[in-house]
Amino acid sequence: MKVLIKNGRVIDPANELDGVQNICIADGKIQHVGDAPQGFSADVTIDASDKLVMPGFVDLNASLREPGFEHKATIESETKAAVTAGYTSVCCLPDTKPILDTSSVVQLILDKADAAGYAKVLPLGALTVMLEGKTLSEMYALKQSGCVAVSQAPNNNINNQVLRRALQYASTYNILVVLKPEDVVIKDDGSIHDGAISSKLGLSGIPVSAETVAIAQIIELAEETGARVHLTGVSSARAVTMIARAQFTNKGISADVHAHQLHLTELDVGTFDSNYHTSPPLRTVEDRDALIAGVVKGVFSVSSGHQPHENEAKQAPFPSTETGISSIETVLPLMLKLVADGLMDLTGLVKCLAYGPSQILDLDVGNLSAGSVADVCIVDPQEQWLVSEESLLSRGKNTPYLGHQMTGKVTHTLVNGRVVFGK
Amino acid sequence: MSSSKQPASTSFKAPDSSCLQLDEQGRLRHFLTTESLSKETLTEIMDVAESFSSVGNQAVKKVPVLRGKTIVNLFFENSTRTRTTFELAAKRLSADVINLNIATSAAAKGESILDTIRNLEAMQADMFVVRHGDSGAAHFIARHVAPHVSVINAGDGRHAHPTQAMLDMFTIRRVKKEFKNLKVAIIGDILHSRVARSQIHALNTLGVKEVRVIAPKTLLPSDTDSLGVHVYADLKAGLDDVDVVIMLRLQRERMGGALLPSEHEYFDRFGLTQKTLSYAKPDVTVMHPGPINRGVEMDAAVADGSNSVILQQVTNGIAIRMAVMTLTLGHNRVSN
Repeated sequence: MKVLIKNGRVIDPANELDGVQNICIADGKIQHVGDAPQGFSADVTIDASDKLVMPGFVDLNASLREPGFEHKATIESETKAAVTAGYTSVCCLPDTKPILDTSSVVQLILDKADAAGYAKVLPLGALTVMLEGKTLSEMYALKQSGCVAVSQAPNNNINNQVLRRALQYASTYNILVVLKPEDVVIKDDGSIHDGAISSKLGLSGIPVSAETVAIAQIIELAEETGARVHLTGVSSARAVTMIARAQFTNKGISADVHAHQLHLTELDVGTFDSNYHTSPPLRTVEDRDALIAGVVKGVFSVSSGHQPHENEAKQAPFPSTETGISSIETVLPLMLKLVADGLMDLTGLVKCLAYGPSQILDLDVGNLSAGSVADVCIVDPQEQWLVSEESLLSRGKNTPYLGHQMTGKVTHTLVNGRVVFGK
Repeated sequence: MSSSKQPASTSFKAPDSSCLQLDEQGRLRHFLTTESLSKETLTEIMDVAESFSSVGNQAVKKVPVLRGKTIVNLFFENSTRTRTTFELAAKRLSADVINLNIATSAAAKGESILDTIRNLEAMQADMFVVRHGDSGAAHFIARHVAPHVSVINAGDGRHAHPTQAMLDMFTIRRVKKEFKNLKVAIIGDILHSRVARSQIHALNTLGVKEVRVIAPKTLLPSDTDSLGVHVYADLKAGLDDVDVVIMLRLQRERMGGALLPSEHEYFDRFGLTQKTLSYAKPDVTVMHPGPINRGVEMDAAVADGSNSVILQQVTNGIAIRMAVMTLTLGHNRVSN
């Protein structure tokens, strides 16, 4: 299969490229960027005039709910939603049922993703058996069977002794460890940011220290063990400073922030709207602005933190509802909004959605170099669309953006050179 | 550009509590929180309560205001005192009352709150009086009930207990006549207190001169100032020139949660005694939402002393709940 994407504005930070070019794809690889070589005859030609052509996005944090929570979502439903949103690779958290702590579960997930035929699924294996924070998982076997990293997410329920040893063991095989920086004891029963809104609403607060204490400990343990550590889902201004400082001396530390944290704040919780019940919590305007600055400076990549839920999960008094937003389909327009607001450029957008994450995961995607895997998305940056239960393909309709107009929509997505989504 | 809402880069306009509590004519439809209600609405509640306050002294302690109405006391959290006063209030208004202790029934069998509500609506309930351990529970139920059903919040988590706050306002008004020159101090566990939050909103709306809270930092929420209060850690300074003292109940489990060292040290620093009460104005009024831990928050001499209106609060609680039930069910003209 040969594909020609012509006349698109190609944005490829890996090659410092931002300009109108053609892209020739053959045998699942980028063959050439520029005028089509002689003798190249495309089976499929996509006219990308007035559109953006970018490396497919790589999500560092999503829950696909399968196996075990198919009443919320499936690998098929969520990877389909993912490719319509520009994602070609999606890391899935290990909190499946059974927990993603054995090779057989990894194989099941990879088979399901393969059968669905949309985005690639990159499993994050469990760091500890059953995610209980007590014994180490068979990390080497997990890596061999296809995990791109190991993780203790969705929480950080592990003591420092076990974490230290897990990092030592992971570093033996140069396995990336993905951690959600959250001190579960300080967090306690907190459900929103500890501040003026939690005080007013009488909701238990999650102090910033629940994040920063965990980050300080993880940074020290990463430094001492030499492990590569990725902090996922950072929420506070203080965390930005701490992580930026650590990155000066330790290149093995990376981090991401969920796209909605760059927009929403504690003020949006309003009067107990459970669609704003998130983990980490939405914090202050100052925190949000610092997170944006962190993304612009390259401290963070951006993940979706996609958490699809069935309706009932959000139909209860606020503290009793499940956390999270079905977010993967709104990441691109939210990031384009930052571009439209002049806070970042399109090269920065591709860096934090595609190139950066692929570097963190050490994958040969996230770029459009000749010879690279042809994971590509094409975006109409002007198209307006309404977020609604009908327009969202994710099975989870739990998003505070329902009823909101978004600008920017993916028109085509290619995975391994194959058009998996195209209008 | 479309006229639809834009993606938020700042914040959404979330509907505030007043939208949910008031009907299109601005009349009380639910009573969920004292926050965002106007001075006029709070005053109206007290005025109607005043008109009901004599009912309890009549030979026949009943008026026919809510005859034929069905009121369901929906208690997801146990409370004998509050439930009893709501039950008495409803019965004095001639309503039919059903008490459901959900803590030990449907919820324990896994039925969701919405299913419980739907079932009770199918039985033609007109009002739910809701107590729940989660902040926001009453709002959640109010958002989902049928249009003809009213919801009264009888306490949700740490968020609000508006009828308790209004009976306290009513008591203060009866003793002090007006609010505008009053300095009111609330002492104790503000962090966990739904009563305190509702009192603070009501006192500020009714225009008192100053609301103070007196507590150690472990019993104060973050950004306490943003609630509209002045914070004191020292009882003597905090009580200086104060007209009304509201004590809060100290739950014994606070010691286990490492929020306080001991009852002894708490009483030493924040306990109300004849001596510490003398820091306030001579005619200071002492209040407590009950039940009192004698010797923990205050000593017996103060609780039973001439400044105390604690038992009047209980009596006033019935009139306030009658008023709120009457107003929310749309019978704001008292027919006796």
